[in-house]
Amino acid sequence: MSGTFVGMPAFPRAAHEAVNNQTLRGNLRHATHTIRAKRANAVAEVSDWAELREAGKRIKDHTLRHLDRYLVQLEESVVAAGGTVHWAADADEANEIVTQLVKMTGESEVVKVKSMATQEIGLNEALEAAGIRAYETDLAELIVQLGKDRPSHILVPAIHRNRGEIRDIFEREMGEWGRPAPEGLTDTPAELAEAARLHLREKFLRAKVGVSGANFMVADTGTLVVVESEGNGRMCLTLPETLISVVGIEKIVPTWQDLEVFLQTLPRSSTAERMNPYTSTWTGTTDEDGPQNFHLVLLDNGRSDTLADEVGRQALRCIRCSACLNVCPVYERAGGHAYGSVYPGPIGAILSPQLRGTASEIDASLPYASSLCGACYEVCPVAIDIPEVLVHLRERVVQGGPVVREGNKVVLKPAKGHAAERAAMRAARWAFAHPGVLRTGQRAASRTRRLHPRTLPGPGKAWSGTRDLPAVPAEPFRDWWQRTNGGTSETGGSK
Amino acid sequence: MSSRERILGRVRRALADVPGEDAPIERAYLREHGDRSVEETVELLAENLADYRAIVHRCTTADLPATLAGMLAARGTKTVLVPPGLEPSWLAEAEAGQVPDRVESTPDELDRVDSVVTACAVAIAETGTIVLDGSPDQGRRRITLVPDHHICVVRVPDQVVSSVPQALERLDPVRPLTWISGPSATSDIELDRVEGVHGPRTLEVVLVADQASAEVNS
Repeated sequence: MSGTFVGMPAFPRAAHEAVNNQTLRGNLRHATHTIRAKRANAVAEVSDWAELREAGKRIKDHTLRHLDRYLVQLEESVVAAGGTVHWAADADEANEIVTQLVKMTGESEVVKVKSMATQEIGLNEALEAAGIRAYETDLAELIVQLGKDRPSHILVPAIHRNRGEIRDIFEREMGEWGRPAPEGLTDTPAELAEAARLHLREKFLRAKVGVSGANFMVADTGTLVVVESEGNGRMCLTLPETLISVVGIEKIVPTWQDLEVFLQTLPRSSTAERMNPYTSTWTGTTDEDGPQNFHLVLLDNGRSDTLADEVGRQALRCIRCSACLNVCPVYERAGGHAYGSVYPGPIGAILSPQLRGTASEIDASLPYASSLCGACYEVCPVAIDIPEVLVHLRERVVQGGPVVREGNKVVLKPAKGHAAERAAMRAARWAFAHPGVLRTGQRAASRTRRLHPRTLPGPGKAWSGTRDLPAVPAEPFRDWWQRTNGGTSETGGSK
Repeated sequence: MSSRERILGRVRRALADVPGEDAPIERAYLREHGDRSVEETVELLAENLADYRAIVHRCTTADLPATLAGMLAARGTKTVLVPPGLEPSWLAEAEAGQVPDRVESTPDELDRVDSVVTACAVAIAETGTIVLDGSPDQGRRRITLVPDHHICVVRVPDQVVSSVPQALERLDPVRPLTWISGPSATSDIELDRVEGVHGPRTLEVVLVADQASAEVNS
């Protein structure tokens, strides 16, 4: 995945800084609570939500089970419709393909529709290194790009910024990139949106190359689908002569009819609308309407490795609605940046360590970035059991074991930093297997309970730093059971 | 080995545990939500369009030229883009100068046009959505994108469906489809919805019924 996040501190350290930032917490709390309430209303409007969710889950599972077949079918359909298909095994390869395609047009700038896949591979940085300027055109992405910032939410990348901060960024930076912000710009959302419209319109009208992702690719027709609100997607898909779409291989649905499920569940789950303002579909190229050259770059970059994990592969069902972020108590406090990935929140906590592996400190810490409350699973429109995958990945981090990386089976070593936990578990296993030892130990603990420290020493210090140690009872349960004959002969005073 | 072969090989190895065939997808969800008469479906379309800030007008086929002329005049439109296959009588009474969409017209030229009038392929009542499919009476995608004011004519009830599943059945995936639900909007600033970013900031929809069904409606 992207080099943007290299050197990110592990989640607990990054989150610690974020929760102490009052502005950030205020911005996040306001935004997530707003969208949470709206989403619940939008979902309540359709009486068959449970059935739509189940169908979405099944369609995606079925597709993933036969992904090889659907990829080949999609390729045939896109080529038959006049497109060109490229395959990219990893980020470097995808960036190289796109860079060469842009160079072949002779252009040195591109307009971009917001795309998680191109963020994941760090395409903008790769293009910049090749002397090509990529303009983000989604309002939130523009705010992030102008602010030399990183996105912190899948749907609303600038969720961590409030209107005052956005006004300051526009005033300071727009002139560097093109048309400056209007004089006397205030911080009302309408004026800020107008400033973005004016700034970007000159870019749209002269752009020769557009770069997009896609929300869905239909295997049997070769159709690509982009779901958006602002019209920047329509601009990028309509006015340029060349369109390059970089799409993860998991974004396939088998048939045109399958869209009827996701075009109902995606808008309601993400922006809490009956339907998003604009949806565009294109099947190859159309004479005299839209780009006349269409390139589809199919991106693996860890997806086939994720597919190899029988528990974790369900993460590939994700349709990037971001509902799980908005309900997550951890995301609400820690913010998106703490996750060290373009995929933050609960889905990011299971997707990033699978796409990138758990070798880095941040990736090994992500399965722990959760209270396992289960709210993410409840709202997921394709029923990804995120808590199940989190627990599965925690086990992998602690115990190691066989996984697939870049198509090869490798055996992971247990992660560093969990030695004390493993030692404690081994000791516990031994004690439980030896009842006499356990009894002696429990009695000793009860008798010395007033001497126990409130925090653990040594490697346990970090654990007890954020938790209360349970109090040891005056009498072990087993002794109490024996003395009172299972509670039946207990007298009033012995409590 | 090409990347294509490498990726397909990885995918096949990743799926080694998966049994060959599986059951067909069960589709227990509804084809439409609720039980409505044709008139009620049209009414719901009007409500949902308005709920997402489209301006809705209703008239009969006979009144359509006068209605469109009045709408363009009220907006102060001087030039109106016209797709090649638009029914000529629709704009017969409009005073605005008609600009035919030409292949060679540049985006800047389109940007200087005030309004555009199109027909549509289908409209979805439950979501308040109109769908354009690039047919001659709707024109290329760009004509409903660059000008700031879009008037879309929907023939009711025959172009109206209840739901997304019913709309997909009617549409041809080979055509360039644009689904429009209200004017361009963003919620990127503190999740406050703001109308009008890059697409037309004003969307007006005319629901036009022929004389007989209009009388039934009234």
